[in-house]
Amino acid sequence: MEYLIIIISAVFVNNVVLSQFLGICPFFGVSKKISTAIGMSLALVLVMGLATLVTYLIQNYVLVNTWFGEKIDITFMQTIVFILVIAALVQMVEIILKKINPTLYQALGIFLPLITTNCAVLGAALIVVTKQFSFGGEPHMMNLGESVVYAMSLAVGFGVAIILFAGMREQLALSNVPKAFRGTPIALITAGLLALAFMGFQGIV
Amino acid sequence: MVVVLMLVCLGASAAVAVVYAVTKDPIAAANLAKTNKAIEEVVPSFDNNPSEEILYVAADASKPSETNKVYVAKKDGGIVGYAVESTTTKGFGGAFTIMVGFEPDGKVYNTSVISHAETPGLGAKITDKQSSFITQWQGKNLTDGSVNLNVKKDGGDFDAITASTITSRAFCDAMEIAANVFNNINPENN
Amino acid sequence: MSKFKYLIDGIIKNNPIFVLVLGMCPTLATTTSAVNGMGMGLATTAVLLCSNMVISMLAPVIPSKVRIPCYIVVIAAFVTVVQFVMQAFTPGLYETLGIFIPLIVVNCVVLGRAEAFASKHSVLESGLDGIGIGIGFTLALTCIGLVREVLGNLSVFDNKFSSADGMLVFVLAPGAFIVLGYLMVLFNKLKDRKKRA
Repeated sequence: MEYLIIIISAVFVNNVVLSQFLGICPFFGVSKKISTAIGMSLALVLVMGLATLVTYLIQNYVLVNTWFGEKIDITFMQTIVFILVIAALVQMVEIILKKINPTLYQALGIFLPLITTNCAVLGAALIVVTKQFSFGGEPHMMNLGESVVYAMSLAVGFGVAIILFAGMREQLALSNVPKAFRGTPIALITAGLLALAFMGFQGIV
Repeated sequence: MVVVLMLVCLGASAAVAVVYAVTKDPIAAANLAKTNKAIEEVVPSFDNNPSEEILYVAADASKPSETNKVYVAKKDGGIVGYAVESTTTKGFGGAFTIMVGFEPDGKVYNTSVISHAETPGLGAKITDKQSSFITQWQGKNLTDGSVNLNVKKDGGDFDAITASTITSRAFCDAMEIAANVFNNINPENN
Repeated sequence: MSKFKYLIDGIIKNNPIFVLVLGMCPTLATTTSAVNGMGMGLATTAVLLCSNMVISMLAPVIPSKVRIPCYIVVIAAFVTVVQFVMQAFTPGLYETLGIFIPLIVVNCVVLGRAEAFASKHSVLESGLDGIGIGIGFTLALTCIGLVREVLGNLSVFDNKFSSADGMLVFVLAPGAFIVLGYLMVLFNKLKDRKKRA
């Protein structure tokens, strides 16, 4: 039950793109066609799940732990450590995917390097280790399972938003847009209307 | 190649560690100042340091492990007020935390919002100290059963913020928790 | 004089938001008011200036294969420094900007300038470019913040000029997209007119 609330909250209510403003660059960059939007979303679900799993473990067992009988807390290294881990992880996923499943690599490969600079990945990793969540019960820090489910749900939310958005942009490409609006401006305004629609989900959870 | 990368990492870590050491105290001071400011706003003037006189009191006597922080304000050795930290999970944007100041007889002196994630312009009006929603609590005695701690829509005594009923209900919930905590403050602790 | 050009370029010709369309996340998320936008802009400027200068110094000794990780580490270090300084001296602003301070690391403007400019130019030029791009970024953010604040909250730099409620939608998420969209249209129009004249 609690996992269901986490999923609905992360996919719709606090949509990563439309209400938290994370991952805007790929949202505009790879949303011209539905097929590329789907590829990007799948790659992101994979990377965000893995990245949050690893950074959660690092946060709780490396940055804050007892080493040689002494309790240490080097949370101040968080940003540097997390971004390096994510960059390395993305590279590793790319290499492994190339070896074991070339077809999937063909489909997702070109999106993987772009993901390192997708702020949704670092954003999710930082959110789950710094913020308390209540999800209907007492506010608490998320445990490992909740963190990973939350991060992957955020990525699914990204997928829902970008696929809807790509559908709209495919239509937009065929319509007669005033010259000054062409390109990014009309895309931004469309995204604004989509965000307005997603506001309807607020207050559900 | 690897050596260069390692050197860069080492240099960066060292720089961050130095800045951390330098800014550690100012950060702690800034956080303390924030708590002290919230306490000052919600209780009558005092001359002790309430951040050093904290009681941990449970709102629900059957769950003694879940405690709220209570800052005790004293003047000339006598207690002039209690500042109770209270968190509700029922806000529109998730949990929010307020500080409620009680006079020793249980009357609310003032309230102040510590952290929240309510919608800007709607629920976030709880941070407006002059708003009628915040001022309506002042002077009410929440602990002797004389008021109904709900918004008028639910049959209570308090006006809700226009278009922000959920936030207003959550605020009432936080006030109720604070009132329960106040009732559970053990006189022997003082 | 020629060095001065790097500074001006960043503000108009290479404006990171209206022309290069980089760093959209903080642009949209932190511009609920002019003051917040400006705070975010200045924090990013500080990181840009420092990382640009340090990277232009290190670039000759870093092998090209590991240059991106090295740049990221340098940038992350400066971001953490800015984070601590803000936490200590401007705690209110630090809380409002929240997670978007550490996320300056993945702001494509910063890494983009490191790779495209700082790695190929001198320390002085890179510093000037950092300041220029930073000012361009700050101006754009303040501008967006101001428009959203005036429409949504009826206030200018946090001073309310009317006690009535504004058009709330402009302070909320959808307003960010829409205001930025229309400002870009305006920017395009002005540039077009200048070109024709």
